Amino acid sequence: MAFYVPYIAVVALILIGLYAVVFKRNLIKIVIGITFIECGVNLFLITLGYREKSIAPIYTSSPGGIMSLPVPQALTLTSIVIGVAVLALMLSLVVHIYRHYKTLDARKIIGGDEE
Amino acid sequence: MLEWIEPLIKTLTTDSGFWNPLVWGIVFIISYLVIYIVRGMGKKEYKKDTGQTQVFLSGNPEYDKEKMHVPGANVYWGFTEALKWLYNKFDKMHTGNVSDYILWFVLIMGLFLVIMVVI
Amino acid sequence: MNGVVDWLILHSPALIIAIPLLGAFLTILIGKIGPRIRNVFVIIIMAITSFLILLLVNDVFTNGIRTYVFGGGSTSIESSYAIRILFEIDGLNAFIAIIAAILPIVAIIYSWAFMKEHTGLDKYYTLILLMTAGMLGMILTGDLFNFFVFLEITSIASAALIAFYLDKQNSIQAAFKYIVISAIGALFLLFAVALFYGQYNALNMAVIANNISFTFIDKIALVVLFAALAMKAGIVPMHMWLPDAYGRAPASITVILIGTTLASLYGLFRVIFTIYGKYLFSFDSTQMALTLGVLIIILAVVTIVIGVFMALKQNDFKRMIAFAAIAEIGYMFLAVGAALSTYTFERGAAIISASGQMALKGGIFHIFNDALDVGLLFLVAGAVYYAAKETSLNKLGGLARNMKYTTVFFLIGLAAVSGLPPMNGFASKLIIYQSMFQINPLLTIVAILCSILLLAVFVKVFYSVFLGPKLPKFSGVKEVPKSMLIAMGIIASIIVFIGLFPNIFVENIVTPATNALQNATSYIGGVL
Repeated sequence: MAFYVPYIAVVALILIGLYAVVFKRNLIKIVIGITFIECGVNLFLITLGYREKSIAPIYTSSPGGIMSLPVPQALTLTSIVIGVAVLALMLSLVVHIYRHYKTLDARKIIGGDEE
Repeated sequence: MLEWIEPLIKTLTTDSGFWNPLVWGIVFIISYLVIYIVRGMGKKEYKKDTGQTQVFLSGNPEYDKEKMHVPGANVYWGFTEALKWLYNKFDKMHTGNVSDYILWFVLIMGLFLVIMVVI
Repeated sequence: MNGVVDWLILHSPALIIAIPLLGAFLTILIGKIGPRIRNVFVIIIMAITSFLILLLVNDVFTNGIRTYVFGGGSTSIESSYAIRILFEIDGLNAFIAIIAAILPIVAIIYSWAFMKEHTGLDKYYTLILLMTAGMLGMILTGDLFNFFVFLEITSIASAALIAFYLDKQNSIQAAFKYIVISAIGALFLLFAVALFYGQYNALNMAVIANNISFTFIDKIALVVLFAALAMKAGIVPMHMWLPDAYGRAPASITVILIGTTLASLYGLFRVIFTIYGKYLFSFDSTQMALTLGVLIIILAVVTIVIGVFMALKQNDFKRMIAFAAIAEIGYMFLAVGAALSTYTFERGAAIISASGQMALKGGIFHIFNDALDVGLLFLVAGAVYYAAKETSLNKLGGLARNMKYTTVFFLIGLAAVSGLPPMNGFASKLIIYQSMFQINPLLTIVAILCSILLLAVFVKVFYSVFLGPKLPKFSGVKEVPKSMLIAMGIIASIIVFIGLFPNIFVENIVTPATNALQNATSYIGGVL
């Protein structure tokens, strides 16, 4: 049963994130929802690389036992870095949106004709 | 001498038809000839700088240029008016709200999951 | 001399990514010297990249599949641990890469005059080169995780560029929607990649394609990949970000955005035909391929109809073209669905029926034509905006008197996008119509009717922008500067050339791409 806990957490994180993106009106909360999805996917990648009772893949001469897979960790690291860049860009756009619209309600930020 | 031109003018064949721009070009030239001949048969009484060249709107006075131009929104007025029931639905779909965009994505993904995985 | 060319061809896959990436960061430094030198530098960087792409494409079309391993070593993967960054270029990649070679250089030439009055151009050109590098990476890569990384690079650079007009609220909100859509699409793509990795211990597309067994998890991965990439490609009903982004970005950026959208569409083709090709085209899965094909056809028809009908109603020049672009994507998608739903078995092997193959050929051909036609129309819309400072169709009028060349280019684009002979759009649409007629006449009727409506859409634009009485407020409007005319001229001449000599193009470029698409085994064989 304990084996399944991370996968349940992954599904829960992604669903919570999607819920926030779809049903929350505040743009900041939508951005938080996207980071939830990202956390879920990253957790999923890390979990895939873990083997039972394994050690961290950082030794040149291993003290014995199996190592967890290093590749998903490298992937996760890349994904986290990209995620930070996307997050920063989204938040800076939210700042600009607030300057123009004076609100962060997603239902009011719908475009339309200029002036 | 002109070998290089041969692959250029080859006909594009589809399964049941073909398309060669040369044919189109010939048709185009012939139709222009016809137009030219028909035009030549017209009256030759046109004079510049007379009343003939002025705008005639069934005797009504000509308005300002701004008012005479039909703006884009009015061009297919009849079409959009007749299909108003359809356009109202489309407008309801295009809310412009970013949450709805993602909602459509989730719906399509769910629909495909049900059709392709469960069934 | 010959040795240099061979070396360039050998390392071109790496150089194609490296040169724009390096150039992007050098641009900021060179921008300190002066704007003119910077513009020349960016054009040279992009010209070298385009030249290398054409070298590579020529090599692929003559010598077959090319694999390039970063860090050297053997190109084939023996063990199950296939963890290397690897580029694999077959006919399909090469075909899409040609589009990616043409659009950015045109956009950069166009920007010279178009963006001249704006500040922050160093960053603008940097982001353009980054976006181009990302797009080329998406097209050339043979590795799924790599595809995700390049997709994100492209999305970040594009979102920043869509928001270039920071003083306009609409471009900011369009950029925000674009980045939200891209981030979620890319994260779901990564989720699917993780599903593959968990099962097959591989990230390489060819290795996954070879091992695919179509378990329950594979089906989930297919659906997730399909939905994510279809959203990025602008398939209805996940298309709503596209008119926002296309309509609000500067015209030069929109042209490259078309390229990135088509790169996503390419990813979708790769997933369906190569990664799942082995399974979808086997005896056990007739039902599955048929279901997928029918679903794709339904989505495609909805895409065409909604795209055209919404385009007819728009009163903004660029937004209208954006909806027309959605309809055009529907045509390509229709061809793919037709090919998937009509394959038969001969001598134990799955073969797409002759009409399905022809439809696929038309669809692939149409990708190229769509990029050029819609790109040209967006450039014209940008030129009108540059000259008259107005994009609303209600306020424009009578510009044909002042902008003769632009009007001619618009007419070429109009004829091409609505499929009038002798432009290139006609050749590809003719192939699609005729092959569709043998599959289901109803589809042809819908396709032709919508194409006629598309013509009506652009006649509306032509009438309300270029015809009509001379409006006093536009009396001072002049023809746009030379660099913009040159950029439009390049695309227009390619359109007319392909339109007049379609066969040479179909035989030499489209047919290899179609064959590569149908032949998953040779793609796998390039690596294993």
